[in-house]
This record gives sequence, structure tokens and C-alpha cells, in this order.
Amino acid sequence: MRNSRPTRLLWGLSPVVTALLTGCQGGILDPKGQVAADEKSLIITATVLMLLVVIPVIVMTFLFAWKYRASNKDAIYTPKWSHSNKIEAVVWIIPIIIVSCLAVVTWNTTHKLDPYRPLDSDKKPINVQVVAMNWKWLFIYPDLNIATVNQLAFPKNVPVNFRITSDAAMNSFFIPQLGGQIYAMAGMETKLHLIANEAGTYKGMSSNYSGAGFSGMKFNAIATETPEQFDAWVQKVRAAGKSLNADAYLALAKPSENNPVAFYTMPEPRLFDAVLHKYMAGRQSLAATDDELKLAALTKRLCETPAVKEQ
Amino acid sequence: MLLGKLTLDAIPYKEPIIVAALSGAGLMGLVVLALITKFGKWGYLWKEWLTSVDHKKIGVMYIVVAMIMLLRGFADALMMRAQLAMATDGHLGVFPPEHYDQIFTAHGVIMIIFMAMPFMTGLMNIVVPLQIGARDVAFPFLNSLSFWLLVSAVILVNLSLGVGNFARTGWVAYPPLSELGFSPDVGVDYYTWALQISGIGTTLTAINFLVTIIKMRAPGMKLMQMPIFTWTCTWANVLIVASFPILTGALAMLSLDRYLDFHFFTAEAGGNAMMYLNLFWAWGHPEVYILVLPAFGIFSEVISTFSGKRLFGHTSMIIASGVISVLGFMVWLHHFFTMGSGADVNAFFGIATMVISVPTGVKLFNWLFTMYQGRIRFTPPVLWTMGFMVTFSIGGMTGVLMAVPGADFVLHNSLFLIAHFHNTIIGGAVFGYLAGFSYWFPKAFGFKLNEKLGKAAFWFWQSGFMFAFIPLYILGFLGMTRRLNHTDNPAWDPWLYIACVGAVLIACGIGCQLLQIVVSIRDRKKLADVTGDPWNGHTLEWSTSSPPPFYNFAVVPHVHDIDAFTDMKEKGEAYKVPQKYAPIHMPSNTATGVYIGGFTTLLGFALIWHIWWLAIVGLVGIIGAMLARAYDNNLDYYVQPDEVEAIERAHFENMGIDVDNYSERDADKPRRGSRPTTTA
Repeated sequence: MRNSRPTRLLWGLSPVVTALLTGCQGGILDPKGQVAADEKSLIITATVLMLLVVIPVIVMTFLFAWKYRASNKDAIYTPKWSHSNKIEAVVWIIPIIIVSCLAVVTWNTTHKLDPYRPLDSDKKPINVQVVAMNWKWLFIYPDLNIATVNQLAFPKNVPVNFRITSDAAMNSFFIPQLGGQIYAMAGMETKLHLIANEAGTYKGMSSNYSGAGFSGMKFNAIATETPEQFDAWVQKVRAAGKSLNADAYLALAKPSENNPVAFYTMPEPRLFDAVLHKYMAGRQSLAATDDELKLAALTKRLCETPAVKEQ
Repeated sequence: MLLGKLTLDAIPYKEPIIVAALSGAGLMGLVVLALITKFGKWGYLWKEWLTSVDHKKIGVMYIVVAMIMLLRGFADALMMRAQLAMATDGHLGVFPPEHYDQIFTAHGVIMIIFMAMPFMTGLMNIVVPLQIGARDVAFPFLNSLSFWLLVSAVILVNLSLGVGNFARTGWVAYPPLSELGFSPDVGVDYYTWALQISGIGTTLTAINFLVTIIKMRAPGMKLMQMPIFTWTCTWANVLIVASFPILTGALAMLSLDRYLDFHFFTAEAGGNAMMYLNLFWAWGHPEVYILVLPAFGIFSEVISTFSGKRLFGHTSMIIASGVISVLGFMVWLHHFFTMGSGADVNAFFGIATMVISVPTGVKLFNWLFTMYQGRIRFTPPVLWTMGFMVTFSIGGMTGVLMAVPGADFVLHNSLFLIAHFHNTIIGGAVFGYLAGFSYWFPKAFGFKLNEKLGKAAFWFWQSGFMFAFIPLYILGFLGMTRRLNHTDNPAWDPWLYIACVGAVLIACGIGCQLLQIVVSIRDRKKLADVTGDPWNGHTLEWSTSSPPPFYNFAVVPHVHDIDAFTDMKEKGEAYKVPQKYAPIHMPSNTATGVYIGGFTTLLGFALIWHIWWLAIVGLVGIIGAMLARAYDNNLDYYVQPDEVEAIERAHFENMGIDVDNYSERDADKPRRGSRPTTTA
């Protein structure tokens, strides 16, 4: 991290930045994946661009204040001078130029870092379905038929595709060292694409306040060194896992705080979709195929004792 | 049935912290009431203040409310910082989430709606009519009503401390968390009704001031010649009229969800919480410009006065404020880039947001070039202004950084965000109000504030701000999110401790300000402003006495220049004794505002607790008071010329001008009273 050039540029600029860089382990300035690294360099680029205006303004504030202090009778005093086309032109044009540069950077990076954009990789991505619950995270691996609570794992250098929803209030799914966050909202699905380029255990959390147990809504995201280690983790989950059928899900959906890590096997492949659909229950089912009928039935089952009861 | 949902359990008599806070507040209240009774001031208070429709007195009352609420909101801030400094590494601190979540919600609501807004409205009330040479606002009774609606809302918010609880949703009250399913108790109802009531007051104020500014300017004052503070207030009022109805609508829909089983924002049955986010921020983003634009106006007035110069680029400043207002309406989505809108949408709103930094940058440069080739006197208002210029540059920069969606994805909802908006709201709006407070205090009360304590207050605030919020920027980079009740990351601890120290420093700053007021009242003779122009001001408010007579101007001035009063001073007409006075048409005081405010409080309380009979009483009371007002014929009166003459004569004699042996040559300056050394 200390080798990147813009960082060095910043180094001498402010003691705040210095303090920041010496103690940034574990934060967003200590990225462990491509997305997070891009986001970090974007922050630095944008900051440097803006400092081009901000530093002169701060310096001029002190300079003018000192030079034109009332006690300095040698300084020129022009009480009626209040207009200059030249200065007006400069003070409008300079911010416009800088904002234009920033706008180009913004347009490009917003598309490149769009959370919905699948990452470029020759590896087959891992699919994870995320459900924010009161107050824990449920991670479903639909291709592996396992699920976990408050623990996430994947091999390094393999893209992870998240589909995210909530079965409670709104939360935000966030692993700072791997990249940006996205909201988890009941009845809606959001997408996020992340990758870890270094093995390690990274803190994950909800970053949108969702009620009393919010502070405990944390999880570890484990990026394994090799695919084999990941397979071993999957085996461990499968071996220890209880079955997450509709009843077990309804029990899990009851509000609870500071949940320990839990492992499940998944007999029901449609659980995530059913969680999404339960907020649309009451509408006429358009289910036509066998699969859709099964989904409708499961949705109905989840609605029988909803986690969120409207009074 | 008779008391709705209200039972004895709603009174938190088992919670020692709340009981202590309540008895403390109750005791202070009793002392105040006892003192008023002891000195027999009830009649005076009722006749001269509570029922007054005088914009200056209403302005002062707004600021009194703002300062009381500053103390309440700051107490919340201290509790939050203390909790987070204690609740680290497995400790849970003092406040369980059930209590702590109310504290941070109350802190946000109180500081924005019940501290910053009334402070801004108070300054606007005192200054704008004086700046445009008007005798009062367009609708003086409406102005009184607006104030009492605010008081009603303030009472409701503070009642929630002792009766029931406040919302535990964060100040934004996002559904579905704020819906019945997750928040079945009265907290959110306190929130919605308090905001609704104060929101109506704010909207009425904005309409009132827009009409005043458009219709009641002194003869000769063209729109582009209006003082800059009046201009920024104009833009803020345009924003209020345009944005507050959105809040009213959003909260009304939330209430329909909660009271009548609608499904606007519920997660199920076709509701869409994201609609609330859009509506809330369609108000919420303009709201921050409503707060900061008048502060920009104050900085402009202060820097121009104390540099002894005309404001650089007056027209440019007006246009920049207008551009900020218009763009401020088109950027609300940047509060939720992480909702999952597409890249095109996010990029559009991101770029629109950073465009706002262009007019804001222009403003900063214009202030700089106002200082350039000036004679700057470093009074407390100037210190606040310079503190602002440095602090706000940083706050603006971090704001633009968060407007870049790619950066926002990792900074959103983190303590970096908290640092950013405190950086702009404290370093922008609050510093501005405090500058305005010490700048216009002599105008409102007739004596200046103690300068030493003013400077001490500034340095405590400025350094406290740095200590409290720079660590929050760092914590944001370290991945700490907002609204946490406790933490378990050792790397965060030192920064949390430093932030707590910062809050204590700000507390010292607030202490200095309270002390400053007390000391200045004690020394009021020494600090007296005899001429009405203690700073060598440029605009019309300085042309009348301090405090101004209730009719503001004995003779309405004619305006020929942006700096109307400087112009009068230069032409030697500033202290001209008029040949004769004409009768002055003034509005009569009325208690209707107080009554309507009282009934509104009852109505709000009844709605919160589902006490339907009381709600009917409140509503009937409000309508009855309005009807009584409609049939009230004692609306106005004329001040007779001899009364005006007596008041004016006293003022002229105070300044050492002999009214009886007066010649035109004497009009250029007062004979007595302190004048600043530098002239413009």
C-alpha cells in the first residue's frame, strides 16, 4: 500500500493523512481485493484533484487575513473595489475545469465499479444468496446446497456473485476490505460482485442501522488460499449442518442478537426466492410451471408465521 | 379507553438516568418560574414577549428556543461519545440499544429541526425586515403562529423523554423499521407529529418572508440591490416552500401506514420503502441548503463589514446562491447510491452533486477577494468566518468525494459520512449562526457581547471540532459504521477516545458562550451601543437605534445603493433629524398564536397516544381560536407622531445630537458613542 504513487503525494500534505495511513489496517485503505483496491485509488485520485483548489483556498485565507489585518497600515486599502471580470472569470472557470475532470472520472468509475457488473475473470464465480435477518446474516450457497449464519467463505482470486435481500428491516451488506456495500431490502433483490485477491479473514457487517441488535450483525468473510481449502470448508459445513427446511428457517427468522456461526444443509433450493416472494404474497399467483408452483407453496408456508407481523 | 395507549408504564420512573435528567430539567424550570414570579414579570412576559407580533422579539424567542435545544441536543451528543468511548472490546457501556438508539435519533432530529432551523429563523426574523427597511413582516400574526407551532413541536419532542419514548429509527426514520411491525410503540409517532407541526410552522414562515421581501422593501431598493443576507434567506425560503411539502407528504403517508393500515412504505402488500427514501431526501437534501445558505449570507455580511469593504462580486454571490438552490433540488439520490440504481443513474446524480461545488467555490473565492485589500478587524464574528472558510473547504471536499459513487460505496453510512456532514453543518451553518449571533446581538439588545469570551468560545469550538470529527474521518476509513452501540475493534479505540475529548472541548465552548451572555449583561453599560452602528455597518439595520424602536424606522429610508447605509453615511445623511413625523401603522399584539400552539400540542399528544376525545378537543380549539381571530377587529393601530418624536428625540440625544438646535451639517455623524476606527 505504501508503494502506490498517489499515496506518497498525499504523505506530505497533512498530518491527518499521515495518522490515517499508519493505522489503517483492516479498513477501506487496506484493500484485499480488486474492487476495493480500485475504490481506494479512486478516493485518492479524487482527493488529490480537489486539493488543487482546497489548499490554495486555505492558504489564501491565512495569507489575506494576515496581510490585510487592520493594524497593517502599509497594505493597500481599496474599500470600493468589489468587481473584476478577470477574477470572476478565473474563480468560475477553475472549479469548472476541476469538476469536469472529476465528472469524467466519476462517469467512468461508476460504470466500472457498478456493483451489478460481473467481474472479469476466467474462473467460474461462486454464487451466494444473502438474507439479512433480525439480527444476523444468512448466506445460502445454492450450487453447493449449504447455508451458513454469520460466516462466509470463498477461495481467493475467484469472483463471488451475491444476490441480496432482507427478511427484516433494511440493512446494508458490507465487507470493507473487499469492496463497496449494497442495501438489503425486503421484497427486493440487489446484486453485488466482489473478489478477494489475498487470503485472509475479513470483517463483514451491516452498515445500515436496523434496530436493537444491529451492532451485533457482524460476520467473518474467509478468503481461503486454495480451492481445496474452500472445499474442505464446504465439507465441514455439510457435515455439521442441520437441515434448513421451512420450519428451521422460521425458527431462525425470530429476532435474535449476536448469533454464533451456524451451519446448515439446504434441502430446499427455492428458499431465497421464497423469502423474496413472501412480501408479495396476497397477490394472485401466476405460477404456471411445476417449479413455480413449488415456490408458491414454500412462499405460502413462510408467510404462515411471518417474522414481521403487521399489527 | 379514556387515556388511549397511555398507561403508567409509559413513565420511565425506573430508569435512573432519565429520572435524573428529568428532575434536573424540572428543577431548572421551577427556578425560572419562581424567579419570574418573584420579580412579578408574568404580565411583562405575556404582554411584551409571548403575545408579541414584533419580528425582532419573535426572532429573539426563536433563538432562545434554539439555544435551549442546543443544550439538549448536545447533552445527547456527549452521551453518545461517552457511550462509544466506554463500550469497546467487550464492554457494553452505559446505554443499552433500547435507550441509546433513542439518543442518536433525538440528537439528529433536535439539532437539525429544533436547533439549527429555529436559530436560522430567529436571525432571519430579527434581521431581514431591518435590512430591507420594513416595519415588520408581511403577516405579523402568522409569524407569531409559526413560532408557537415550533414551540408546540418542541414540547412534544421533550415530552417523549418523560412520557413514553422517542423513535429508535435514526433521524431519517426509514421504513420498514419505522412501520408498526418493527416500531409498534409511540416513538415514531412523537417523531412524525413533532416534525409535521414544526414543518407547518416553517412553511408558513417561508411564505411570510418571501412576501415580505418581495412586497415590503424600502423605496428604491431593487431586487439586485438587496443585502446579501436577505438574498440568501430568499433562496432558503424558496427552498422551504418547495421542499417542506414533500416532507409533510412523506410523513403523512407514513402516518397513514401506522394509523390506518395503509401500505405506502411497508415491505409487504405492495408498499415500497424506497419511495420513502426518495421523498425524504427530496426534502432532506434541500434542507441542508436551507440551513447553510443563510449562514453563507451571514459570512458575507461579516467579512464585508469587518474588512471595511464592499462585498466582492455581489451579483455573482446572488447567482451562485441561486444555482446552489436549484441544483440542491436535483441531487437527492446521492444519499442512497447503494440502493442499487444503475450506473447511469448513479453517475448522473454524482456529477450533478459535484457541480454544486462550483458555485460554492465561487463563494469562497469571493469572500477571499472581499478580504483582499481590506482592513480586517479580528472580532469574534470574523474568527467564526475564517474558521468556517478553512473547515468548510475540508467538509466540501469530503462531500464531493462522497458524491463519487465508486467512493461512496465504501464510505456510505460510515463515520466518514458523520464527520462530513458535521463538518458542513457545524463548520458551515452553526459557525455562521454563531457569527451572526455576535454580529447582530448589539442590534437586538443595545450592547455588544464580551469579546474575550467570544474569542475563547470560538477557539474551544474550533479545536473541539477538530478533535471530535477528524478521528471520525479516520474511523470511517477504518471501516466503522454509524449508529453502533458498542464496538470490538482495538484499532478504533484511540480515535473514539480522542473524539470524546473533542466533545468535551466543544462543551467548554458552549460554556464560554453562556458565560459570555451573563458577563455581557452584567457589563451592559460599558458595552452599550449608543449609535446603533457599532461595527461601521453597510446595510440598513445599522441605520436605526440599538435596539430598534418597535416600528424599526421613524422614516422609511430611500435606498440608492447595495450598501445603503454606507451610502447614507457618505452623503452625510445618516443621522439626519427629520422635520416632522407621520403616524405609523403597526399590528396589534395577539395571544391567538399562543392558544393555537397550545391546542396543537394537545392535538399532537392525543394523536400520539390515540386519545381520540382529546384530539377532538385540540382540533376544535384550533378552529375556535382561528374563528375568534377572524372576528377580532383589534388588528392594528397607528403610532402617533408625538410618540415617535419622543422616542426619536431620546435616541438623538443619546448620540449627542441636539434636536432643537439642529442644522443639516450635523447629519454626518453622531457626537457621542464609540465608533470603529476604520471607515469604509
